Amino acid sequence: MITNGKFGKYGGIFVPELIIPALEELEEAFLRYKDDEKFVEELEFYLREFAGRPTSLYHAKNLSKKFGCKVYLKREDMLHTGAHKINNTLGQGLLAKYMGKTRLIAETGAGQHGIATAVVGAMLSIPTEVYMGSEDVERQKLNVFRMELSGSNVIPVETGSKTLKDAINEAFRDWISNVENTHYLIGSTMGPHPYPTMVKHFQSVIGKEAKEKILQKEEELPDAVIACVGGGSNAMGIFSGFVDDTAVDLIGVEGGGEGVETKRTGATLCKGTEGILHGSLSFVLQDNDGQISEAHSVSAGLDYPGVGPEHAYLKVTGRVNYVAVTNKEALRGFELLSKYEGIIPALESSHAVAYAEKYANIEGNKGKTIIINLSGRGDKDMFLVAKEMRVDV
Amino acid sequence: MKPFKNDSNNPNQIQSYQEMFQEVKNKGEGAFIPFTVAGDPDFETSIEIVRQYVDNGADALEIGFPFSDPVADGPSVQAADIRSLNSGMTTDKCFEFISRIREFTSIPIGILVYYNLIYKMGLDEFYNKAKNAGINGILAADLPPEEAGDAVNMASQYDLGQIFMVAQTTTNERISEIVKMCTGFLYVVAVMGITGARSDIKKSTVDLIKRVKSHSDLPIAVGFGISKPEHVKDVIQSGSDGAIVASAIINIITQNLDDLDNAKQEIGSFCKELKGSTKNKIDG
Ligand SMILES: Cc1ncc(COP(=O)(O)O)c(C=O)c1O
Repeated sequence: MITNGKFGKYGGIFVPELIIPALEELEEAFLRYKDDEKFVEELEFYLREFAGRPTSLYHAKNLSKKFGCKVYLKREDMLHTGAHKINNTLGQGLLAKYMGKTRLIAETGAGQHGIATAVVGAMLSIPTEVYMGSEDVERQKLNVFRMELSGSNVIPVETGSKTLKDAINEAFRDWISNVENTHYLIGSTMGPHPYPTMVKHFQSVIGKEAKEKILQKEEELPDAVIACVGGGSNAMGIFSGFVDDTAVDLIGVEGGGEGVETKRTGATLCKGTEGILHGSLSFVLQDNDGQISEAHSVSAGLDYPGVGPEHAYLKVTGRVNYVAVTNKEALRGFELLSKYEGIIPALESSHAVAYAEKYANIEGNKGKTIIINLSGRGDKDMFLVAKEMRVDV
Repeated sequence: MKPFKNDSNNPNQIQSYQEMFQEVKNKGEGAFIPFTVAGDPDFETSIEIVRQYVDNGADALEIGFPFSDPVADGPSVQAADIRSLNSGMTTDKCFEFISRIREFTSIPIGILVYYNLIYKMGLDEFYNKAKNAGINGILAADLPPEEAGDAVNMASQYDLGQIFMVAQTTTNERISEIVKMCTGFLYVVAVMGITGARSDIKKSTVDLIKRVKSHSDLPIAVGFGISKPEHVKDVIQSGSDGAIVASAIINIITQNLDDLDNAKQEIGSFCKELKGSTKNKIDG
């Protein structure tokens, strides 16, 4: 590898030997093309014309009044396919094309990353296969249908817990067997180097736009930036714009599930310990032996027992404050934003909304300026939320 | 060099990889190295399965420590991992398992682990326990040379082998780097991919064996996808010093979960057959 891909001691390339040459090839291509004029131009074109960038930084007046803070929303929910995921799938999809790869594979939990990969595969005419735990296939039939409509083949994964982490295992196995023609399009800032760095790069457009706009509108930096953290890509994307501005509070909100103190939680940074999962050293939810635990969150996108290694670094260095919000609190965030602003957020993003309210209630925080990264919209969660609210739809 | 010992039935003298490979070579054979997951489907049955290996010609043993997320392994081994974990195996019980095997055999024992199991316990404690249990070598499936500095140091501190994999995708340059860090033997990955019983051995495997041999003086054992006596014969004839058989044996367990006595019997005769095909090696 040309660079070591470590964040402090976190990150690295803890993968079977078979994958190393593919990682080397990918790193080399990423470093070559990321600032290549033609590549950048083409990516910007697709981000603008296909995905709908730039997204607005919206002043949520009603919520601001309710919270007693000035609340801005970074509207990644307005992007094509409904979430920030497409920033990354466009970047990696295009890179795969430049590398001459003829097949894309991806993992997906709820299906957001799967759909974002599927539409990019269709648009770039690269055949795409998406691994999805069979439990998730069952729970997210509509998203499976959307991927299939976009021409992708969805492969149900029957191994292990039959959820996201097993879909990742299976995608890795596929890649090991097909490294020559296949690009594995990982959906978050996780996995072995160069993925955490590369996915952050493709998501950093969020932070860049947010910073530019807040400076235009407020003529100063915000007091806090709040984002939900699953694997960590939307958070790394927006944090990257502010990480050097140490006066800005950066807050990562994890899926607390039924409570960080319970077994049913997805709060990897708040509760987990150092460990190696899916190619990098980071924090993981695990038992005393290092066997990986199952995560739980009402939002499938935060339901992962690992987290990107740069978040581990930002945690131990104290630059980012990581907190957890329970399922119940997230649902309140969901309802608040829907009701006060007419914006129905993804359940993942609802965690950030819910924490923003808590933040506003901390003594001394009234009147502060907050940016919430609204990573996605809630269309995908309608049935689930209706069920939680005991409404028949 | 240690004096050559031909006392593989004396469990008090652990045979080194070097001695074992030399011994089989002297007999004009290749080494037969069966794999199983410690504790699959349960601790005691698993011990008896290993006893079948030893009684039916195994020259060394490769023992997997079960892990919840074995990305380098195929469905058969993953299912075995899950069975083992469900039967209550822990890392400490895996060491106990090795100690039990050491009561009846002195042939080299390598373990195949995922690095998180080592990292979580702490390298010092893990390698110390490995040494005390009577393990010869440690292969961490997800630990490439770039990340293996600490492990290699620890292995040399405890006089254990640190074993690495090379694959078709590994360049000659990398092979040379890996050889520098590797002790015991080199694990050559036969097919592009993960463990699993395949129906034929590709020409590319033969080429890989030759390529590795020309870059390394370490003994090599070929694994992944070796499922038939003919495969064993092919890789040994192609110049490999040993053959590792995993999924094909594990499949016998999987197919006989309701009749484990039958599984043991079938495994015994399968091993005999596999060992048989390592013999009459044509040199050169
Ligand atoms: C809308 C939305 N937000 C957040 C996430 C969590 O991923 P990450 O932490 O990589 O942003 C997901 C994942 O599916 C998502 O769909």
